[in-house]
Amino acid sequence: MREFNETLLSVENISLSFGAVKALTNISFEIKKGEVLAIIGPNGAGKTSMLNVINGFYHPQEGVITFRGEKRRQMKPYDAARQGIARTFQNVALFKGMSTLDNIMTGRNLKMKSNILSAAFYLGPAKREEIEHRAVVEEIIDFLEIQAIRKTPVGRLPYGLQKRVELGRALAAEPDLLLLDEPMAGMNLEEKQDMSRFILDVNDQFGTTIALIEHDMGVVMDISDRVVVLDYGRKLADGTPDEVKNNQEVIEAYLGVGH
Amino acid sequence: MLYREAGQFKTSYAADQAIFPLAQDRIGMAIILAVAFIAIPAVANEYWLQTIMIPFLILSLAALGLNVLTGYAGQLSLGTGGFMAVGAFAAYKFATAFPEMNIIVVFLISGLISAAVGIVFGVPSLRIKGFYLAVATLAAQFFLLWLLVKYPWFYNYDPSGVISAPPIDIFGFAIDTAVSKYMLTLIIVSVLALATKNLVRSHIGRGWMAIRDMDIAAEIIGFRPLTTKLSAFAVSSFLVGVAGAMYAFLYLGSVEAAAFDITTSFNILFMVIVGGLGSVLGSFIGAAFILTLPIFLDNFPRMLGFEISVETVTHLQFMIFGALIIFFLIVEPHGLARLWTITKEKLRAWPFPY
Amino acid sequence: MAFFLEVLTGGLLTGVLYSLVALGFVLIFKASGVFNFAQGAMVLFAALFFVGFIDLGVPVVLSAILTIAVMILLAYLIERLVLSHLVNQEAISLFMATIGISYFLDGFGQTIWGSDIRRLDIGLPQDAFVFGASVLGDDIFVNELDVVAAVVAGALVAVLAVFFSKTKIGRALRAVADDHQAAMSVGIPLRSIWMIVWAVAGIVGLVAGIMWGAKLGVQFSLSLVALKALPVLILGGFTSVPGAIVGGLMIGAGEKLAEVYLGPVIGGAIEDWFAYMLAMIFLLFRPQGLFGEKIIERI
Repeated sequence: MREFNETLLSVENISLSFGAVKALTNISFEIKKGEVLAIIGPNGAGKTSMLNVINGFYHPQEGVITFRGEKRRQMKPYDAARQGIARTFQNVALFKGMSTLDNIMTGRNLKMKSNILSAAFYLGPAKREEIEHRAVVEEIIDFLEIQAIRKTPVGRLPYGLQKRVELGRALAAEPDLLLLDEPMAGMNLEEKQDMSRFILDVNDQFGTTIALIEHDMGVVMDISDRVVVLDYGRKLADGTPDEVKNNQEVIEAYLGVGH
Repeated sequence: MLYREAGQFKTSYAADQAIFPLAQDRIGMAIILAVAFIAIPAVANEYWLQTIMIPFLILSLAALGLNVLTGYAGQLSLGTGGFMAVGAFAAYKFATAFPEMNIIVVFLISGLISAAVGIVFGVPSLRIKGFYLAVATLAAQFFLLWLLVKYPWFYNYDPSGVISAPPIDIFGFAIDTAVSKYMLTLIIVSVLALATKNLVRSHIGRGWMAIRDMDIAAEIIGFRPLTTKLSAFAVSSFLVGVAGAMYAFLYLGSVEAAAFDITTSFNILFMVIVGGLGSVLGSFIGAAFILTLPIFLDNFPRMLGFEISVETVTHLQFMIFGALIIFFLIVEPHGLARLWTITKEKLRAWPFPY
Repeated sequence: MAFFLEVLTGGLLTGVLYSLVALGFVLIFKASGVFNFAQGAMVLFAALFFVGFIDLGVPVVLSAILTIAVMILLAYLIERLVLSHLVNQEAISLFMATIGISYFLDGFGQTIWGSDIRRLDIGLPQDAFVFGASVLGDDIFVNELDVVAAVVAGALVAVLAVFFSKTKIGRALRAVADDHQAAMSVGIPLRSIWMIVWAVAGIVGLVAGIMWGAKLGVQFSLSLVALKALPVLILGGFTSVPGAIVGGLMIGAGEKLAEVYLGPVIGGAIEDWFAYMLAMIFLLFRPQGLFGEKIIERI
């Protein structure tokens, strides 16, 4: 059992609605530095909305988010990225017209500073910068074992590999907090095992804090340190995998027993 | 087979990042440049240079500009003609106000002015997308031309509204023959094409493509929509503006605003579609194709002995352009440049395609 | 004041004609999600055939029927040769394909019928008449043709409304507009639906072409006038029939008033761009149009 004390991000009393539809109601939880947190819940529970709120894509009507001790209410996705929050998406959101290499290179953009002129004439600094970042990206490519598809346009890749490239793109930003939206959806057992291994390795080797949404309970129980359960936009439970597994409310929500 | 990458091992990322990583491509490009810089000026007559090669190069540059915006950054524009006009008139104002100014500086300034105007008309792209943006660019097209016709200051109060390029010289060399105009055009277009190719391979170009392919994801991984989109508008309008200035100064000599009407905008859009969206090479192929097609249509029936009126030729041209656009969108949405890429891929794998 | 009202009515009535063109766009966009740039070319194309038949000595009614037949055939060919090959392509590709269609139709129509300006005289009244005598002490002159056009447009909208809400095809159209996949899964034949909307849009184009043609003569510039329907759509939203009408009226009135009152200040002929500028500025504040729904982005 790993112990985590320092809070990286805390979500307090978040409520989000679209017109009359309430997506999230009064949700609070914390993400500790260095842990792997799983957010689970039935379809429509508000899991993706929660991630969208954390990285500034949706703006909650109420509540405060504190990231590394800094409070914020309204924030653009761009600012979240700059502060060190990276993510992947439920439906793969790669840049279809670009190669694997270029897709992962886009993850480095916040660290690339050369201006239009030096980039246009590929002058010394621009060239050096490009090559430096290429070296980092190649490390990620090695780590994810996707060397062979380096130059392939991502649109031609099978789904499982696309998910892996997307993880690579998020890793390229060297984030402090990595949000993964159903990283194993639609994968077979072997691919799931690979992906679980990558997630644990990222957490282990780079110390990256990870919050992930996943439906496969086996995977969730295996890889996460803590689990938050959402249902109908409310938080049902929050605890270690074992605590959550034995929580009566959670069992009811999943099995639909008694009401 | 000759086109092979076997045996060419890249030992550094720098080598792998080169524009033409394959030796064969480098040789091919060298041959093209040698033909363009040495053979063509040596053998081509004035008619060829003045009515085909010069407009081909200039329109390629305009197409390249539009390709940056539409092909790379995914922002459809129907206002290319308007930005060419801005470039042309800006060059005219500067060249007449400061006769001593080096013509290349004049062209660059015209490009910068066009870029500034492009940024202004690019601002709506932060709020609106797709067709809506296309309509906003029509506003640029109609408004800019109106402005350049309405205010005589722009054409130095010439009663006909025509701007005429003053004599040009560079460091004492008079640019007054077809060959010298061709060489100047070629140099400028080559340098700008190379710069554009570098840009689209850089982090700036990747930002454009990211916005094009999935704008929301692009913002979430940290591309600021404001700078990414507006830089595309700026670079695109810069190239188009320089093309406009050269169109007036090196091709037509004298021109009125109406020469840059909406038909021009569409023609350049067609070049980009036919040549290939998101391809530097495609901009050149597309321009060559759309420019030579009317010449071909003009002469081909006559060679077969048919007499067709000029009017009918124009109408036939419309039909054929329209049909071609549809044909390309259906058969090869990536344009002629894509056919070239496929051929290269096949050659690399030949004779064992699997 | 009377002068203002006269300019305003003149503008509103021109706006009705814009609305007629915009209506064709909306029909196609609703049913297929295709932004049909060729609607303007279809207006010209229909008008050319109509006036061409009349000039050949065909009676007016028969000419109209023949032209409708041509437009139906055209819809069939467009579906067969173009749209069916571009299913599942990105919206922007389809849009560019309709630019191609637009060029083709402009060229084809003029290759057959020539590019001279043809007068279209089918007995529509042309005179100006005095309307609302002595409103505020002065008379207002209104062009009779414009009034006829307004009435025709109103009737057309009514017919379309009935067609959409009462007929079986209309219901299928609305189903398709809501959700392509769902409509197909309940057995609505998507392709024939598309053909029908394009045919209806062609007929709406014919009506617009007759009205514009009677006003300006049938000529190439009709195709360009139709471009004005684009800002109309932006104001009204791409999917709203009432939006097309209201947007048309706003653009028509707006540009006439701007020309008369703003023109002397900043230079004339601002009608050329005013509509586009108005639409663009409007978009900055309300990207979804007047009647469009707020877009919730998902990822």
